[in-house]
Amino acid sequence: MTEPLLQVRDLRVAYGPVQALRGASLNARAGEVVGIVGESGCGKSTLAAALIGLPAPGATVSGEVRIGGDDLLALPEPARRRLRGERVAMIFQDPMTAFNPVLTLGDQLIDFQHRLAEPRAAKRGRARAMLARVGLPDPDLALHRYVHELSGGMRQRAAIAAALLMRPPLLVADEPTTALDVTMEAQILHLLRELRGEHQGAIVIITHHLGVVGELCDRVYVMYAGEVVEEGTVEEIYHTPRHPYTRALIACDPAHVAQGQGHLPTIPGRVPDLAAPPAGCAFAARCPLASARCATPPPRHRFGPTQVAACYAVAP
Amino acid sequence: MLTYAIKRIGLAVLILITVMLAMYAMVFLVPGDPASLALGPRATPELKAQLIARMGLDQPVWVQVWRFFANALHGNLGYDVWSRRPVLDQILQVFPNTLFLGAVALGWALVLGVALGCAAVVWRGTVVDAVLGILSVSMIAVPPFVIALYLLLIFAVWLGWLPAIGAGTPGDWASQFRAVLLPAFSIGITWVGYLARLVRASMLEVMGANHIRTARAFGLSELRIVTRYALRLAIIPTVAILAVGFGSILSSAVFVETVFSRPGIGTLVTSAVAKRNYPVVMGSVLFMTAFYLVVVTAADLLIARLDPRVRDVFRG
Repeated sequence: MTEPLLQVRDLRVAYGPVQALRGASLNARAGEVVGIVGESGCGKSTLAAALIGLPAPGATVSGEVRIGGDDLLALPEPARRRLRGERVAMIFQDPMTAFNPVLTLGDQLIDFQHRLAEPRAAKRGRARAMLARVGLPDPDLALHRYVHELSGGMRQRAAIAAALLMRPPLLVADEPTTALDVTMEAQILHLLRELRGEHQGAIVIITHHLGVVGELCDRVYVMYAGEVVEEGTVEEIYHTPRHPYTRALIACDPAHVAQGQGHLPTIPGRVPDLAAPPAGCAFAARCPLASARCATPPPRHRFGPTQVAACYAVAP
Repeated sequence: MLTYAIKRIGLAVLILITVMLAMYAMVFLVPGDPASLALGPRATPELKAQLIARMGLDQPVWVQVWRFFANALHGNLGYDVWSRRPVLDQILQVFPNTLFLGAVALGWALVLGVALGCAAVVWRGTVVDAVLGILSVSMIAVPPFVIALYLLLIFAVWLGWLPAIGAGTPGDWASQFRAVLLPAFSIGITWVGYLARLVRASMLEVMGANHIRTARAFGLSELRIVTRYALRLAIIPTVAILAVGFGSILSSAVFVETVFSRPGIGTLVTSAVAKRNYPVVMGSVLFMTAFYLVVVTAADLLIARLDPRVRDVFRG
């Protein structure tokens, strides 16, 4: 097997006393689409920020984020900046605020290619081609537009075009469809599915939406309270989920709820306080299978070559 | 942009008409008729009747208002009660002094204020930031004429470095510049404080925005982010407040010109008020309002140039 393009080892991020990420490890190979799912507050956005080497100011970070061998977190800022935009790019969650309001889309898309020693016209041409590729109806006009003049769907397409401009090996998409309505979401998912065929590198999609994962991903990491509790292929996670949290998450997905059930199932209880996380399994307090041993860190059980779940109760 | 400009200029004309009406109402609201005020208690009835006729005060109100408007539109602001010289001539004679004073005051305030504001952002949260904060608030709190008196005492009376009164010899730039230093310093210092606070606040706000994160995520250098992505936005409130500031500087000029016995529109108005020379008072105030409106309109157009979103608000 080839060396993974992205390797995250024991990543820990804390904002003061709050431990947002508590030793997350994951990897992604070239040509692979990896999904990271979890509910709000599980550390997804913190992970996204760390993947592009831009943790929030004041955050304490430890662990490794290796992109093509270089540890992003160990590099000095100038070197880190060189990797950003060239080896890793991000599709941002809210495209309305992700673009500068007083510069045209064209200006920004040209700026984002600052690493290339090419004339402006060539960069403009590349930006135009990329906008056409992501399906903006009139790319020449769009280059002269400001973000507030574009519709939500067009903005999201433009954000995807921006991330693809430099053809980075690693693409991180932070909730790429959350800000969109259902029809728009379907169109953007369709676009991302097309693009994943063309893209040579790895794509990491961070979302709370299981539907997005099922549509786009090869493998999935399920996160809970700053930790990866289960990983596996999409088929494994959907059809033979092992971890009680994954099972609960799938049971609560509106798409899986039977017709006429009358109510939406929920997971009882709350996410633990990350300022004082439990020593053992973080899900134990809400888990139907929990017992006394769950007060100590659970073992990571392997189920076949690709599936791993961190739980005492589901030993293979 | 053209529609916006036309709307903006139309609004300015409307404000000017309102001010003219308010000015005219003032003439009627002041107890006693302007002619008796101008001539004093011992004037003969014949003389009074003569002056009333000359001022047009024997005409119906609407005729007076109409004449005032028509004359003002033709550049005729009336005649000095005492010297019978056209008011506009007197204003134009001294106005360059006031304009020079305002421009120098605002110029140094802008340079120093923006610099201090940026310094506070660069060293935010440190001793520098705290000291600049205290300094700025002190500058805002002290009235300009108090500073003017102290400056006069120190630099003109004790040290004798700079002239205490006047606006310098006409045609001699060096003497005019030396004469403007003290008054410009005393007017501008308040604005150094304001601008330092404002620039700090708007820069901090902009630097925390999502699109700044996007620019960082594409590996743009911090210098480029500050100068191209942040300053373009952060400067907008500064331009808006500067225009308002110019109006307040014109009114500070009334005090400061008196303190420094500097010929200007401020001294013109003060002496006219003292002598009940009401056509000069009205003409000067109207002239300053018109000039101020030109400045504010120019600033609004500049803001629309800088911020495409403002343009669109006025387009529809």
